[in-house]
Amino acid sequence: MEAFADFWATYSTLIFTVGIHALLALSLWLTLSCGLLSLANAAFMGIGAYTAALLTLHLHWPFPMVLAAGGLAPAVVALVIGAPTLRLSGVYLAMATLAFGEVTRILVLNLEITGGPEGLNGIPLLTTWWHIVLILAAAGYALARLRRSRMGRAFEAIREDEVAARMMGIDVEGHKLAAFTLGAVLAGLAGALNAHSTFFISPREYGFENAVDILTMTILGGISSLIGPVLGATILTLLPELLRFLHAYRLAVNGLILIGVVLFLPTGLWDSRRLGQMLRAWRTRWEGKP
Amino acid sequence: MLEQQLVNALTLGSVYALFSLGFTLVFGVLEVINLSHGAMFMAGSFAAMTVVTRFKAPLAVGILAAMLVSGLLGLAIDALILKRLRARHAPHLIPMIATIGATTVLTSAAQGLFGVEVQRFPDELLSTREFIFGSVHVRALELAIVGISFLLMTTLFLVLRHTRQGRALRAIAESPKAAALLGVNVEGLFMATSFTAAALGGVAGLLIGLNFNSVTPLMGQPILHKGIAVVILGGMGDIRGALFGGLFLGFAEVLSKAYLSSQMGDAVAFGLLFLILLVRPAGLFGRVLERKA
Repeated sequence: MEAFADFWATYSTLIFTVGIHALLALSLWLTLSCGLLSLANAAFMGIGAYTAALLTLHLHWPFPMVLAAGGLAPAVVALVIGAPTLRLSGVYLAMATLAFGEVTRILVLNLEITGGPEGLNGIPLLTTWWHIVLILAAAGYALARLRRSRMGRAFEAIREDEVAARMMGIDVEGHKLAAFTLGAVLAGLAGALNAHSTFFISPREYGFENAVDILTMTILGGISSLIGPVLGATILTLLPELLRFLHAYRLAVNGLILIGVVLFLPTGLWDSRRLGQMLRAWRTRWEGKP
Repeated sequence: MLEQQLVNALTLGSVYALFSLGFTLVFGVLEVINLSHGAMFMAGSFAAMTVVTRFKAPLAVGILAAMLVSGLLGLAIDALILKRLRARHAPHLIPMIATIGATTVLTSAAQGLFGVEVQRFPDELLSTREFIFGSVHVRALELAIVGISFLLMTTLFLVLRHTRQGRALRAIAESPKAAALLGVNVEGLFMATSFTAAALGGVAGLLIGLNFNSVTPLMGQPILHKGIAVVILGGMGDIRGALFGGLFLGFAEVLSKAYLSSQMGDAVAFGLLFLILLVRPAGLFGRVLERKA
């Protein structure tokens, strides 16, 4: 038991981070599942984190309400900017969401209430491990149900061929807005959890690099199932800890992974179809069938 | 006061234009959003810094080093990554994601090689001469920056307009398949484009490094975002658009810093970018190609 206590004392922050990153990767998975490459999710996370932290610090709201607000605030922003932004497609959408992320970061950097470049300090550590597990499990369950629902299938149709989906009578704009907004909710929740587990937040944590990190996790894991993003987030969060000996070159590994996955594993690490094939091939050989 | 700001704006704007030119050229020809262009900018700056401080070379050699090192890096990214993705007909977003990876690798390599601190050029290298036109003081350095930027941009325009390779390149921008059928060496020109674009980015990096006398591994990120703003402003893949967009952003940024708020200069750039995307996604000069049905 003491060994476990030691382990927990050393690694609890890391385990919290894995959970929060997994939630972020799932948030991007949701937007990608509708074919939208958004670089705004880091900014949504930031909006959630700042909203939640400010409510706790100034208004002393109870934590569940703070979490809910942390998820809702970015959703409102996503609804407002989504309607005009989502008319853009492909690279134009990526660029527009990148610009939105930068505007948000610069605003947070310059506003009085957000504490400027120093950020917010002394946020009470209200996040416990079961908050993260509960929210992650709920999000996973909701997304799994969503995939098999009418809406999830519409997302998939839009991702595969927008024009054809429209011909089938799918409300493309509405579904895109839904995917974008729901992604913002998850990112905001991750931000709210993060703010209450790290004691302090600053605009630096929600910039372009973080948008790229979220993207890397999701792409590395693969978007063909929900396990992919969670796996990608786990690997990329634990990897820097294992690679401490590389010092400044540590980040290069993330870059190499991203390039390697794009070049050699276009469907990501966890591709259910490929894994199924491998399993079947292995079983055939094991049982000696032709 | 205003005249002095206009000089600053012209200096900054011409470097923005030079940087964005390479960025837009790659998009026009290869149809890749090359997010490693900021890393080329940073690499050029460090290459020149290394030659002039370690080997005491004159600045002209520094410029050549910036072009060569960045150009070769651009070529390497094309040969090792983009070429394979072209062969696979990967959708547009995939090469963009791969260039993000390349940026991370190069930035991290620069941090390992040179450290994270700001590096400065030796004082004797930077001429402190000033020219005075009426009430305006222009540093020799600023004149050189504007001169070099416009010299390189004019050269590129002339090459694209009047040489055989330039015409072939414009043919590729219209349709790589048709160009290949007409006997254009498409792969060769893709590589030449990657080299040229990266080399221009490298020189832009050196010029900004000289102007603010500061070189850091992370310097490529803000300029990349500005380059994106410029290219969207002028229309993706549009050469003239990059020139006007770059100058426009330079003026918008300097003037809003001078007359609105020193902090909000950057927000202006991105606010502008966001608005333009919403109102006119094709940019001021460009057009969006979209499959309608």
